[in-house]
Amino acid sequence: MVATSQASSGIVGGSAVRLRGVTKAYDNRGVALGPIDLDVRRGEFISLLGPSGCGKSTALRIVAGLIAPTSGEVNVAGCAASAQTGRSIGFVFQEPTLMPWASVHDNVRLPLTLVGMPRSDADRRVDDALARVGLSDFGAAFPRELSGGMKMRVSLARALVTEPGVLLLDEPFAALDEITRFRLNNDLLALWHSLGKTIVFVTHSVFESVYLSQRIVVMTARPGRIHAEIKIDAAERDENFRTSAEYVAYCRQASQALAQASGVEAAR
Amino acid sequence: MSEVTTSSVGALKLSRGAIARMALPLVVLALSIFAWHLIVSINDIPPYVLPGPALVAETLIQDWSILWASLLTTLLTTSEGFVAAAVGGIALALLFSQSKWLEQALLPYAVILQVTPVIAIAPLLLIYLPQQTAVVACAWIVAFFPVLSNTTLGLNSVDRNLAGLFKLYRASRWQTLRYLKLPAALPYTLGGLRIAGGLSLIGAVVAEIAAGSAGSGSGLAYRIAESGYRLNIPRMFAALLLLSVAGVVIYMALALLSHLLLRRWHESALRKES
Repeated sequence: MVATSQASSGIVGGSAVRLRGVTKAYDNRGVALGPIDLDVRRGEFISLLGPSGCGKSTALRIVAGLIAPTSGEVNVAGCAASAQTGRSIGFVFQEPTLMPWASVHDNVRLPLTLVGMPRSDADRRVDDALARVGLSDFGAAFPRELSGGMKMRVSLARALVTEPGVLLLDEPFAALDEITRFRLNNDLLALWHSLGKTIVFVTHSVFESVYLSQRIVVMTARPGRIHAEIKIDAAERDENFRTSAEYVAYCRQASQALAQASGVEAAR
Repeated sequence: MSEVTTSSVGALKLSRGAIARMALPLVVLALSIFAWHLIVSINDIPPYVLPGPALVAETLIQDWSILWASLLTTLLTTSEGFVAAAVGGIALALLFSQSKWLEQALLPYAVILQVTPVIAIAPLLLIYLPQQTAVVACAWIVAFFPVLSNTTLGLNSVDRNLAGLFKLYRASRWQTLRYLKLPAALPYTLGGLRIAGGLSLIGAVVAEIAAGSAGSGSGLAYRIAESGYRLNIPRMFAALLLLSVAGVVIYMALALLSHLLLRRWHESALRKES
């Protein structure tokens, strides 16, 4: 496949995502974002953490090519953003964003339909993707028949079905209850371990970012800039980690960085 | 809630509320007919002023062959106008959604066509067009606007994130239209079609009456006008009754179509949870 060969061959310095001097300005609001320099290694799990309105979602959409940056350079899996095939990126929105008129199976198959993959091949991959998120039995169901957590799993399956190198998640679990969020966090970690994707995860939850990521990028607001980076060197991510002193220490560190980032904003 | 809720369970069970919903209008109908009968017989009103329900029913049976043929004529006109309105309305909406320029250039004229009373346009159309074409054109003029405006609304109501997803996967214009915009607009279009069904009947009737005064035509509206000139009031009532029934059937058929197309997913077609 074209997308796969691009993902494996044209790597710039081993980065899966590379931003250089990226800014976003709006006519009426001035500079909203940047300039930002960011490198995400292949297979890395990073979180963008920041107060709401800091432009972290904007940054993610620029990486996805949904928004054009005002200036700067965006490279994803070694290709300039404008040349991406679209298939090397999976995107999960804050809401499940499913088509209400289509079954779960058809929703997950959509990205494959759009690239014109033959139906039998596509169906097999859809079944694989649904199995990966634990929804094998729900292909025929309609989105409205599912709970919030299950809809989010469908959304995740749809992002995975093209077997993208990079997975971008925009506060995907923010609207879910805590129990469901914990479970989906664990599922996401399991997927990341088994598939080895590069994951960029946007969140405003300190606890979520510490639990999930290898690196946290803390952002300031207006304009959104990178304030600090925190490396999380914990091998095991499970309930033990969630209740460990190590986890609490990381959370304190991240909270302080976030407070500083917000304070920078307040001082302006 | 983690299990799939089944939607079809209980669909066949008629609740007490559903029975009341169907029975009540029928009771009102029976009472009104009975009151009508009483008023006519007690006051001894002559049939050329107000015929009783029995006489109307008798006329309906006696004149069935004439009325049936007229009904078919009117229904044919109506359905031609309706199909033209549906196709025209949807096509214009699609055109407008592809080009804002075109929309800005043409929409004012669609509005003008809509707000000008069709009864005032009908005589002109009858001068310039062959009669049957003119009648269909009238039905089209009244009926296309709700289809156009509703479909336009639907095409513009697409979920932004879904549109972003299509952009992410580099969907072509045609793919976005087929897989995203048209399904999203469907409930709105069906709402417009439901209004258009009744309106195309009105348009057909108006044009038939305008044409009938010119001396030709054989639709139900023409029968009503003709019977009026001849003071054949029972037949006027019988023809009017058929027109009402035709209107109700058209509405119900379109409501059923809408329900069948939307029942799996759209809020409007889902059973309310008690």
